[in-house]
Amino acid sequence: MYDHDVIIIGGGVSGCAAARELSRYKVDVCVLEKEEDVCCGTSKANSGIVHAGYDAPAGSLKAEMNLRGNEMMERLSEELDIPFIRNGSLVLCMNEKDMSKLEALYDRGIANGVKGLQILDKEAVLKKEPNVSKDVYAALYAPTGGIVCPFELNIALAENACMNGVRFHFQTEVQKIERQEEGYKLSTDKGDFSARYVVNAAGVYADQFHNMVSADKIHITARRGDYCLLDKSAGNHVRSTIFTLPGEFGKGILAAPTAHGNLILGPTAIDIEDKEGTNTTRDGLSQVLDKAGMSVSNLPMRQVITSFAGLRAHEDGEEFIIEEVSDAPGFIDCAGIESPGLTSAPAIGRRIAGILKERMGLIEKEDFIPTRKGILKPETLTREERARLIRENPAYGNIICRCEMITEGEIIDAIRRPLGARSLDGVKRRTRAGMGRCQSGFCSPRTMEILAREWKVDVREITKSGKASFIVTGTNKDIF
Amino acid sequence: MENYDIVVIGGGPAGLAAAASARKSGIERIVILERDKELGGILNQCIHNGFGLHTFKEELTGPEYAGRFIDQIRELDIEYRLNTMVMEISPQKIVTAMNRVDGLFEIQAKAVILAMGCRERPRGALNIPGYRPAGIFSAGTAQRLVNMEGYLPGREVVILGSGDIGLIMARRMTLEGAKVKVVAELMPYSGGLKRNIVQCLDDYGIPLKLSHTVVDIQGKERLTGITLAEVDAEGRPVLGREEFYSCDTLLLSVGLIPENELSVGMGVELNPVTSGARVNESLETNIDGVFACGNVLHVHDLVDFVSEEAAAAGKNAALYVQRTDPAKPDVRPEAGERGGLEDGTGAGERAEADDRTTAGARTGQTGESDLGICITAGDGVRYTVPETVRVRHMADRLTVRFRVGNVYKNCYVSVFFDENRVLRRKRPVAAPGEMEELVLTKEQLMRYPELETITVKIEEE
Repeated sequence: MYDHDVIIIGGGVSGCAAARELSRYKVDVCVLEKEEDVCCGTSKANSGIVHAGYDAPAGSLKAEMNLRGNEMMERLSEELDIPFIRNGSLVLCMNEKDMSKLEALYDRGIANGVKGLQILDKEAVLKKEPNVSKDVYAALYAPTGGIVCPFELNIALAENACMNGVRFHFQTEVQKIERQEEGYKLSTDKGDFSARYVVNAAGVYADQFHNMVSADKIHITARRGDYCLLDKSAGNHVRSTIFTLPGEFGKGILAAPTAHGNLILGPTAIDIEDKEGTNTTRDGLSQVLDKAGMSVSNLPMRQVITSFAGLRAHEDGEEFIIEEVSDAPGFIDCAGIESPGLTSAPAIGRRIAGILKERMGLIEKEDFIPTRKGILKPETLTREERARLIRENPAYGNIICRCEMITEGEIIDAIRRPLGARSLDGVKRRTRAGMGRCQSGFCSPRTMEILAREWKVDVREITKSGKASFIVTGTNKDIF
Repeated sequence: MENYDIVVIGGGPAGLAAAASARKSGIERIVILERDKELGGILNQCIHNGFGLHTFKEELTGPEYAGRFIDQIRELDIEYRLNTMVMEISPQKIVTAMNRVDGLFEIQAKAVILAMGCRERPRGALNIPGYRPAGIFSAGTAQRLVNMEGYLPGREVVILGSGDIGLIMARRMTLEGAKVKVVAELMPYSGGLKRNIVQCLDDYGIPLKLSHTVVDIQGKERLTGITLAEVDAEGRPVLGREEFYSCDTLLLSVGLIPENELSVGMGVELNPVTSGARVNESLETNIDGVFACGNVLHVHDLVDFVSEEAAAAGKNAALYVQRTDPAKPDVRPEAGERGGLEDGTGAGERAEADDRTTAGARTGQTGESDLGICITAGDGVRYTVPETVRVRHMADRLTVRFRVGNVYKNCYVSVFFDENRVLRRKRPVAAPGEMEELVLTKEQLMRYPELETITVKIEEE
């Protein structure tokens, strides 16, 4: 007997996309996540770019997933009530001798099926984006490029999966996987779980789990990328996503507006050993600022409000691995999901569900709920609607985060909804409280108070992001 | 829509003094909008003493100092709304605000006094590399947790930045049972008041490392340590001699930024040096009837001068309302008249332009333009507040506040009226951490009808 039909390891965007797609069917699914929330690894620290699809080699799974994911994002964002903007992207070519590379990118895009690609000359580029460096020679324009909020995409997928019956176990770290007669036993720090089918969506750790069940080893390198995020006052500096021609390590430093109107610069690409090594470095951050400054002029560097680093799960074969492991029946890899992983997530989820549907003979539910309502954002209401909302629920009249103007009502919603926020970061990723220019200096004591009240715990129990990340360590003079 | 003569944005020291002064100048319809649950602003978490030496000639704590002004507000029966966030101010001075009780509401103001104060620079603004664990606080956030809520943010503390809040928090954390290991300052001098270095660091044996910064942050969940490095003259870390400090808490006291999002939203022009509004002698911004005072105008060291500046803004706003409403009686403009204490030290020291250096007195109108005479920051001076003076609108005396850009010993503060030096006053020490001021008199300016530019500069020996 098994606890579950399917266990998904990892509550990142791939795992949650798979969970949501599987929740369309009559099947018992659970997600095991080592952190206290979904969207805590690779999925939380990336550019938030929905790539058009000209980067990956023609015929590759990456290219296929990218194109399909990009196409699916529109409808998915409507179903899940999350921000998604097709702002278009430009790949800059800074000198004539690199034009062959730009043309090759164009040709690859055409071969991959990317629609609307155009090569723009200098004048057209500068007309479109006046802040692009005057040294630009030409650019590849992709109107289908977009931006999405990576947190909201990941969280919305998880919430919708949860609404449709998927169970989530947080702070549950898989330590060992053993093959059973049929299926697998997963030993965790919270006891054993078992399932006939396992989806390995463990990000930078996917190689470790794969290698526990297969003789055909894979290897994933954590490839760190440093980013700088600028204030919303800099958010209009560019409207499109600005790439430069790819170098040896990925796509170079991009500059893009975020789905919420900040400006993001990054990432670097540094291969590291530590799979938790999300520290920025002096070199990395100066690389980001220097290189971004080469493609975009007059960057208001004084407007940097935070910097962070994320880890891409780079597999040696440079390809997504989304398939049943040949020597481990019922063990489905979802590994090596680096860029364009976020873009591809909707398609990856569908592919995994497709594999299992066929394998398990899954039947669709009649009562699948495809939509999820996001946290009500009062700023999107008219004044009259907003006034009425405050009359009905005064918590919407109480601003907690002054920078992003987030109300107590929104924070309470973030805590009380399915898979609700338990930590400051959980609130931040759901509501943006603490994400603004003061970086939670003002709202963190207030948010802590609301978290403590809602979860009925002492303020001392409140963490930044689960585990031992406590905000306060005691009370005044408690050592005397 | 509601109508008020004056809407004061912010109920901290600046807003309170401005409102009280406006009422004393004869304005009836005044309302203070305050986002916190009580009046007093940041003073409520400043439970240390040292406030009010200039204003009240006694040492008060922050809440006591605020209390004196809150009492005045009550005695003067000035209306205020708490837990109220101003969302937007239009150029036509329509203030949109929100709270739990009144919901979303609009007020048409005749004059607006901007008194929103400032916020702390976060870690991100410094681009300090490393991990992002719990345990990194801006000093003011930690101060709120300790002084208002009774929670200790950590046990072993490193403080980056020697601004006054950082220094005060070094002492506070020590008194509450934490170990403060070191205070590091990027600059070769402290950004805080000398008295705070003595009373908050020296008295507790806490080392101050000048020309040092944090170059790495360790710890994945809670902070476990930081690395300090010395910096060269350009502020770049000198690598190879870094020192690791184990700690669970890093407090940042790395600068304050006037909180001017509302001002910018309504079209107020800012000075890039202060990040506060550009104002004239009446502390009025480029928008008629919109005044600014306190830390939203430029960051102060001492609250006494905030109160003084705000009182001037309040009176000038009253004058504006009365000028635009012929039924009201006339009042005299004011800019920074201080109640007593002429022999202050440090930041309180004032310099008056020396009449003896000027030519014979003249009377009558000056030939100034509508914008007035420019006051510019010359050598060694980072900025001045105000930036322009219209002689016909000024009071008999105008306080000009400024900061120097470096530490100067035995220098002179000089004032030039166009090419003529009208003041040269010796200062034994002038430092960026201590605001300077001088006074211009109306009488003196009247003698220079053709005057275009007043320059304040530092002259060294």
